[in-house]
Amino acid sequence: MYTIEKSKLSDLFGAISASCELYLPVKKAGQNNFTKYEAGTEYCDELKTVKSPKDMFFPQSENIVSFEKTDGKIKVTPDTIPTEKTVVFGVRACDVASFDVLDRVFLSEPADSFYKARRENCTVVATACSEPEESCFCSVFGIDPSEPKADVATWFVGEKLYWKALTEKGEELTKAVASVLTEENADGTVEAEKAKIKEIVKNLPLASLSLDGWDGDATEAKFDAPEWEKLSASCLGCGACTFVCPTCQCYDIRDYDTGHGIQRYRCWDSCMYNDFTMMAHGTPRPSQLQRFRQRFMHKLVYFPANNDGMYSCVGCGRCVNKCPISMNIAKVIKAFGGDKS
Amino acid sequence: MQKVRGLVIKRAGELLSDGTVTRVLGYKCGDFFYDVTPAFFESADQLSDLEYGSFCGANLSKYLINACKDQKEGKILVLLKPCDTYSFNQLLTEHRIDRDKIYVIGVGCKGMLDIEKLKAMGFKGITKVLDNGDELDIKTIYGDKKCKRADALLEKCVCCKGKDFKAFDEVIDVEEPGEKGADRFEGVALLENMTSEERFAFWNNELSKCIRCNACRNVCPACSCMKCVFDNPVSGAAGKVNSNSFEEKMFHIIRAFHVAGRCTDCGECSRVCPQGIPLHLLNRKFIKDIDELYGDYQAGEEVGSRAPLVNFTFDDAEPSIVHERGNE
Repeated sequence: MYTIEKSKLSDLFGAISASCELYLPVKKAGQNNFTKYEAGTEYCDELKTVKSPKDMFFPQSENIVSFEKTDGKIKVTPDTIPTEKTVVFGVRACDVASFDVLDRVFLSEPADSFYKARRENCTVVATACSEPEESCFCSVFGIDPSEPKADVATWFVGEKLYWKALTEKGEELTKAVASVLTEENADGTVEAEKAKIKEIVKNLPLASLSLDGWDGDATEAKFDAPEWEKLSASCLGCGACTFVCPTCQCYDIRDYDTGHGIQRYRCWDSCMYNDFTMMAHGTPRPSQLQRFRQRFMHKLVYFPANNDGMYSCVGCGRCVNKCPISMNIAKVIKAFGGDKS
Repeated sequence: MQKVRGLVIKRAGELLSDGTVTRVLGYKCGDFFYDVTPAFFESADQLSDLEYGSFCGANLSKYLINACKDQKEGKILVLLKPCDTYSFNQLLTEHRIDRDKIYVIGVGCKGMLDIEKLKAMGFKGITKVLDNGDELDIKTIYGDKKCKRADALLEKCVCCKGKDFKAFDEVIDVEEPGEKGADRFEGVALLENMTSEERFAFWNNELSKCIRCNACRNVCPACSCMKCVFDNPVSGAAGKVNSNSFEEKMFHIIRAFHVAGRCTDCGECSRVCPQGIPLHLLNRKFIKDIDELYGDYQAGEEVGSRAPLVNFTFDDAEPSIVHERGNE
């Protein structure tokens, strides 16, 4: 176990960013988002970033190939696979778990080469949640916010940050920044912190959500349920929930006319949008009810059906906080009777 | 506002029972105190879930567009706060909703609260907010706190348009008539007093947070195009993402231009933005310019009024004046 004084965090960030790109939660214009570190950047210790860190591996928009016409010939230039080494600091346990969900999608054969490169080049430093909030329900998905499973786990306790490498990548990063860390036997302090967090999590208002009845075999029972109509009735069809969600992974591929060629890019899509999965014959989900249902069925039924029972929700609660009409997955689960309290 | 809630439930129940209306568009309680959801209630017994409290900031008028179009029988009862009635009138002016299908209950309001402001004050894990007049008792996982009610108001309520209902069939209000809010152009004046470089930096900082979720557009009662140009693949302007930092500004500026003269300043765009972008400032700049160039005008004040931008009078500002101002 290593430690560093909170007041010396900038030394740690300086040391990390000396050899690679560092991303961490930073407050800009009042909002906390993962941002690239530059000297002087201040770490924001608020519990949740607005956007999740999924941009690290699956950016909201990325170019994949360009086409240019010169002298009657078409030149095709695939974008290069990213090679930068990165570190992302301050990832919460729920978001770390979201990477497992994304890995299932992007690393299953045939693996997505852009995602794979970014994932392999990145070392994830997680931070335990010392003050979980009312909108958190990661424990419902078996996630323990006191003990995030990343390359390095850290805990903020009192005036210190406690640092523990958990993987080979984590050991390497620890070695690289060893000069600013102090070795310390602090297991007692960290264990006490973990116990404190576990106690808070047990009593969170959404901890009683129950996933009984939601699994890969629930399509028939849930698909035509009358609940969807009421739940979706006031959905605005915006993409706020999907774009702040750490596990939403649907994307669109579009061509941009540059005037002298085509830039093909991929960008996040939202099942809430009316042109989602638009095909030559039209959209298979013409109503907002169908699109709304898709989001929750995907997370709680279709994804587990195809991924050994793994849900594609991690209980981060961002949708609870950010939906303009306060409709979210917790309400959906409750509407179907999923509350043990 | 608990009193208003009780009276609304009683009255809505009567109107459902006697057949005056067949459904009620109101607010439904959530898991917490702040997560109320706009909802339709179709029978008196469903109304026990109807909420009307300090977190009912949502403007329900836009839902009437679709509700008026569906084939369901009977009238829709809608709850509108004083400020929401401006949007309602504007939608009537634009022939987007059918007055004959709607029964408006104006619900008294003493200003709605902003959960984001409470969080920004540093309150974590808020589980309940008790409204004690001028003060709020805030229950959190980490202990009880207090703050002034006035400090937690939604921006639209800080600049309250007043307690008058501009449209209603009946009014349920037990609140004391309050004062009009602060000057809504203060924020605009601050921006106008900046140098163009400072102003550009301000908007760059704010708009670069945009995630193009379209919440601002989809909630906006003035954004009622059947197909938005930004969703239309053949428009050449469609985009699911900001391809560069210019584009996110273009989206918001075009949207502000498109609603200019029709925007009632209901403030929903800023309320719902997940990144807290003060979009209302763009709209208020247009409103201020229109006021200064063509005389005071409030969209939605009355039904059928001719907005300055779609009207001609010999007293109109000369284009050269408008042009010069644009070069400021």
